[in-house]
Amino acid sequence: MIEIKNLKKSFDELQVLKGIDLTVNNGEVLSVIGSSGSGKSTLLYCINALEPIDSGSILVDGIGVHDKSTDVNKLRQKIGMVFQQFNMFPHLTAQENVALAPRKVKKMSKKDAMDLAARQLEHVGLGQKLNSYPSALSGGQQQRVAIARALAMEPSYMLFDEVTSALDPELVGEVEDTMRMLAKEGMTMILVTHEINFARDVSDRIAFFHEGRMEEINSPDQLINHPTSEHTVKFLSNVR
Amino acid sequence: MAIDVFSELQPKDLLFLGEAALRTLEISLTAIGIGSAFGVVFGWMMSEGNRFVTFIINAILDIFRSVPLIIQLILFDSFISIAGYPLPAFVSGTIVLSVYTAALVANVARGGVEAVPASLRKASRSLGLSYWQDLRYIVWPVGLRAVFPSWIGVALSVVKDSALVSVIGYVELLKASQILITRTQDTFVILTIAGLFYFALSYPISKASDYIERRWNQ
Repeated sequence: MIEIKNLKKSFDELQVLKGIDLTVNNGEVLSVIGSSGSGKSTLLYCINALEPIDSGSILVDGIGVHDKSTDVNKLRQKIGMVFQQFNMFPHLTAQENVALAPRKVKKMSKKDAMDLAARQLEHVGLGQKLNSYPSALSGGQQQRVAIARALAMEPSYMLFDEVTSALDPELVGEVEDTMRMLAKEGMTMILVTHEINFARDVSDRIAFFHEGRMEEINSPDQLINHPTSEHTVKFLSNVR
Repeated sequence: MAIDVFSELQPKDLLFLGEAALRTLEISLTAIGIGSAFGVVFGWMMSEGNRFVTFIINAILDIFRSVPLIIQLILFDSFISIAGYPLPAFVSGTIVLSVYTAALVANVARGGVEAVPASLRKASRSLGLSYWQDLRYIVWPVGLRAVFPSWIGVALSVVKDSALVSVIGYVELLKASQILITRTQDTFVILTIAGLFYFALSYPISKASDYIERRWNQ
């Protein structure tokens, strides 16, 4: 379970999160929508301790993410993250990309890590691309490697930060299908996305962020068809 | 009867030049090795440190980059002699050449570290890699590969610049050539041979770097 309480975060003078309260239950898929600069990506970075916070708290399985006593390297093994930029390690093959963290962080043997990597890549439909370098893969394939790489650490939670935004339109489907598959398998996921239709299909709940506040959170049907906040109404009419 | 103080160039002189070329190679490789190791550390400190650290390191390294190497060699060699701790020419030459190399490599390495996108490092940290693991397995391999051609450029210039170590009495290729020229007065032939030796030292380095780059780009 991820519990966020009164989370505040600023970049210099600009407050991007103005007191967020949010609980994500195990097995739940939550989508976060909202216009650029609404703070939704920053929320994900804070959950993974990639950004410090100003005040409030984030608990992952009861562990304070930003507590001084927390070993973030250990905590991050619970939380997989996939980014808008594909961020494959350019000097490693797909299989080595996936095997690196299990080897170095979990201290698996090279053989076990490579076997695990091969299984994870097969899982996302890239069993044929084990030895390919990133430069030889399409954006969609690279993004699926990034998903496999995060899954190889066997996280309890997956965070997706606009993972299809940098993709050519024809490649969006394969990455969305991979995320659908994970949702079906019961993975707890938070997705920041601009794809409203995808969010409606895959999510248990959708949260709408506006200028650093969570304006509304509800079931996909309620939020999209019966929004209560005027900002949500305006946002939805703009993206359609 | 004229006294002939000069003598012809002999086959064993080639051997003499060959040995000197090996000494050039030895001092160059030592300086490149030591200088690059320190240079990478300085480069990392400049790219990751705060503005004050960067400013201080950069200012110090700027001195070594801008004062001609020949002056640095003579100053250092004279200074340690005056101070009462004279060192063999190889040692003092290596020290000065290494510092000079480090100053050049620092900028190259800094560029390399900064060439690694912040988001790539966030991705590696998000997998649970520690700061040092990120540096070891992602930042250096990716960043230093990006600046590898510049580093080769520094290495090649150090091989050539090592000729200046002759001024403090280290008998490397250039010094050996001068000795032979004094004896034979055969300036043209000897300097041509010395030039060919320098070429023979540098060419494999630049070929090897081409090969390595091509392999990385595959």
